[in-house]
Amino acid sequence: MPNVLDIRRRIRSVVNTRQITKAMKTVSAAKLRRAQEHALAARPYSQMLTNVLKSLVARADIYDPITGEPRHPLLAERPEKNILLIVVTGDKGLAGAFNTNILKIVTKFIESNAEKNIDVECIGRKGRDFMRRRFPMAPEAAASEETRPRAGRVQIVGEHVGVLGKLEFNFASGLGGSVVERFSRGEIDGVYILYNEFKSVIAQRLIAQHLLPIKEIGVVDVRMAEEAAEEERKRAVEAAKSAGVGVRPVDTKAVDEAAAKFGALQVDYIYEQPPEQLFREILPKYIGIQIFHALLESVAAEHAARMTAMDSATNNASDMIDSLTLVMNRARQAKITKEIIEIVSGAAAL
Amino acid sequence: MPDTFQLEIVTPEKLVVKEVAEEVQIPGRTGYLGILPGHAPLITELAVGAITYRAHGESRTLSVAWGFAEVLQDKVTILAETAEHPEEIDVARAQKAKERAEQRLKSNDPEVDYGRAEDALQRAETRLKVAAEK
Repeated sequence: MPNVLDIRRRIRSVVNTRQITKAMKTVSAAKLRRAQEHALAARPYSQMLTNVLKSLVARADIYDPITGEPRHPLLAERPEKNILLIVVTGDKGLAGAFNTNILKIVTKFIESNAEKNIDVECIGRKGRDFMRRRFPMAPEAAASEETRPRAGRVQIVGEHVGVLGKLEFNFASGLGGSVVERFSRGEIDGVYILYNEFKSVIAQRLIAQHLLPIKEIGVVDVRMAEEAAEEERKRAVEAAKSAGVGVRPVDTKAVDEAAAKFGALQVDYIYEQPPEQLFREILPKYIGIQIFHALLESVAAEHAARMTAMDSATNNASDMIDSLTLVMNRARQAKITKEIIEIVSGAAAL
Repeated sequence: MPDTFQLEIVTPEKLVVKEVAEEVQIPGRTGYLGILPGHAPLITELAVGAITYRAHGESRTLSVAWGFAEVLQDKVTILAETAEHPEEIDVARAQKAKERAEQRLKSNDPEVDYGRAEDALQRAETRLKVAAEK
């Protein structure tokens, strides 16, 4: 028979845990809201950039008029022998299956590209730790050698830890720049970014987005996607409702419409620089903004996942407290009954 | 002819300025451009520099780095990678960046990327200049 005192102690500890998970849930909900705002604030810029690029495509002879071949190296497709994979995970755990799910799809991606050499850039501590256990780091670049020796078919070329907490555009644009450079040098023939896309709490999926070469400007080129399970989605919605976070996607129509006008008017612009030159300058920035976008969405998704996980934990703790209280009451009852029986039988024996 | 235009300065992080302005000066790649209402449509790349605009008779300055601008008759939109008001600039940091860049430029180390150091120096100097105008 369990001791009443022991059970009481256990209940107290579960209550404490519940308090922590509840606080974490509230914090995550607030952070999620902030992350969504950030993503919204980034929209006009990316939309306008895309517009200018699109209108430049029409003006500058980006594509060869006869063969239709693109003239810009970032648009040219070539056989993929070496590819770069950017993996976006979180820095922290306690977010349910958030990190595991991403790493699962990463493994799948690597398996499905078994005949190619893959360089990996890890963003987020969890992804880095996972990849490090599995794959070697790329050897330091020796300036004298033409081709860098590879550490293996899959190797880690870069790690970025602790950038997600306070996400700045500088980081994304720097990474974008280095990726573009490697691509133009021919070190890599394709670039993919794997992350958790987050439109809203109910519209989430894991995607492998194809970044380079650019197939069509302004279109997200998804190569591999995995929708969240129905059950997971239901849980997320419940958590969002109880935390007071909107479930529907944030209304972006007004923002998008205003941004859509930028640089797209049917007027004859004076170009201070030749359109070709502008195009060349802007295209690498476009990659940067795409990476920035992916990071923003991943951060929002991470907070949403943590909120959901903590909501579940809070519920589970409540259930546990209920059942423990029941057990405790039963034990107390049994104890009292036993005492009465002892007294009664003692009296009867006299 | 209108005597004002809508001025918007956008960065990837936020909308920095949204105002009705009477005049704006932007640092184009090939030199500063002064823009008044009713300007012909124009698209230009921005260099590192200071944007000065006048709204309601009051003049304000921001430091910007890389971006581009679209000018229409009644609207000027500036996309910049960074855009900071004088009060947002971290003077100590800019000062340090300036010193670092100067040191790099002076050294004879073949590893130094002079283009980058020069860019950094220019950014730091603009920041300091804008901050001083507060």
